[in-house]
Amino acid sequence: MNKPLRIKKRASIRAIFPAACRTSLHRPLFLSGVSAGFPSPADDYLDRKLDLNEHLVKNPAATFFVRVAGDSMTGAGINDNDILVVDRSLEPCNGSIVIAVVNGELTVKRLIKNKTSCLLAAENPDYPDLEVDEETPLEIWGVATYAIHSL
Amino acid sequence: MPSTASEMFGLIDCNNFYVSCERLFRPDLKARPVVVLSNNDGCIIARSEEAKALGIGMGAPYFKQERFIRKHDVAVFSSNYALYGDISQRVMDVLMHLEPDVEIYSIDEAFVRLPAGKQDDLENWGRFLKTTVQKHTGIPVSIGFGPTKTLAKIANRFAKKDPAAAGMFVISEQQPLEYLLTAVPVDDIWGIGRRHAARLKKHSIHTALELANCADIWIRQQLTVTGLRTAMELRGIPCITLDKAGPAKKSICTSRSFGQPVHTLEDLQEAVATYTAQAAYKLRNKCLRASVIDVFIRTNSFKKNEPQYCSRKTFTLSAPSSHTATLIKIALASLKAIYRPGYRYQKAGVLLNGLVPENREQLCLFQTPVPGGETSLMNAVDKINRRWGRDTIQSAAAGLDKDWHFRQMKKSPAYTTSWLELPIVKASFPESFSMA
Repeated sequence: MNKPLRIKKRASIRAIFPAACRTSLHRPLFLSGVSAGFPSPADDYLDRKLDLNEHLVKNPAATFFVRVAGDSMTGAGINDNDILVVDRSLEPCNGSIVIAVVNGELTVKRLIKNKTSCLLAAENPDYPDLEVDEETPLEIWGVATYAIHSL
Repeated sequence: MPSTASEMFGLIDCNNFYVSCERLFRPDLKARPVVVLSNNDGCIIARSEEAKALGIGMGAPYFKQERFIRKHDVAVFSSNYALYGDISQRVMDVLMHLEPDVEIYSIDEAFVRLPAGKQDDLENWGRFLKTTVQKHTGIPVSIGFGPTKTLAKIANRFAKKDPAAAGMFVISEQQPLEYLLTAVPVDDIWGIGRRHAARLKKHSIHTALELANCADIWIRQQLTVTGLRTAMELRGIPCITLDKAGPAKKSICTSRSFGQPVHTLEDLQEAVATYTAQAAYKLRNKCLRASVIDVFIRTNSFKKNEPQYCSRKTFTLSAPSSHTATLIKIALASLKAIYRPGYRYQKAGVLLNGLVPENREQLCLFQTPVPGGETSLMNAVDKINRRWGRDTIQSAAAGLDKDWHFRQMKKSPAYTTSWLELPIVKASFPESFSMA
């Protein structure tokens, strides 16, 4: 650059560093050299890298990530601020951790189904369960499949 | 009408798409009237059924309706294209998973082509498509089936308007079309524009049936061959095929009105640099390069009492490029040439033309690509911005304050495209339930 950059006063920049492009990461094109002798025993086992998406997301179009607020589900291993993987394509069944609509809010609970009614159960003794009978229609937004939290 | 059972077309249309996207993570808005505003919060571009029932018009300027909207407790959102784009892709993915022949027609519409065999069970299949899309993505859709694309469009209209249809309507080959086509005004026929509709009305042709019954030669004279094709389609003869590739892009335009009028060259430079960077990103996404760059600026022509000015400059590149810095340099030089002080500018834009496919250099197998080349630099920048969010790395010329930035006062979070803005699910009972 010939001229120094003019930056407005209100912008919060402390310093500008020139980009140094001196380092480079060399990646090998071949894992082992082509040799007339024995090939590397690892070559036969070369595989693609593991992609966590494959493991956590079975149906990408129907999968959403949501963040948990509150500690009513700690007994199920779901802590405050965790990220849940929610698959809308799954059918909720007895025992599923579900995202349900309660009072117009998305709420995470365990679904307990019995013959006549169902229960949205908390996994923390400090929180009461919520009975759902035929008069209160139950709207399930999706089924949570994984919780992601840092240790 | 052809007597043999042949293939069928379906049109799947998301109901009030932008509103449905806003409601997806806000179940509390379920029964509330909702509207979505255009870029710059100018006018109303999407309405929930409740908002339509209140009489809020499509395209109505927001500022004129603001009082009425507040009085009726209407929820208002600025347009959130990151969200709509992501949800649209999900809807299309679900469709493509269920039907192999899909044409994505717009952000919220898709045509499907069904093989001849599927006819008998069309009703059930349509319901299945509809419930699956709704369950997987949370977006309600309407489906219309017909022997041609034009009739599928009409069927979709019935699916939406007729409560008895419950979101799905089939126009089959067996059923007489006359009764249905009388109910469709010419303005509502897919492919008949405003001008052609006016011309038809001048000749006392008001309904789709009347058009379908006109003589071919006359239609061709009046509406050219595209009009004739539409008329044939109304008669049940397929003339428009499924376009799976979509039209090739001829130009890329990024332009926007400013949140507040801008008068300094510096502010305009930031805006033009930002738009150029966005356009260049779109260009690279499509693996294209531009050979012509057009820059334009204009004042607000609605403000009659203010001095008016508008200008445009076209520059032809010696070699087509998709390199942000190269394009910004040219755009800023063009801007400098057309800028006149003393005006309050309302809008600026960048138009990239003469698009050509990227030359994919054939790399030699044993040669490491030279680092620092413009392509690899741009690839790296795009990758970082995709990973960490738009404008993580940006050209300094695009400015940091963006005072001129357009208004988006009521934008919902980027629920599905930013880790920082994920929807919140409660793990605590709401107040009213804590006593239970």
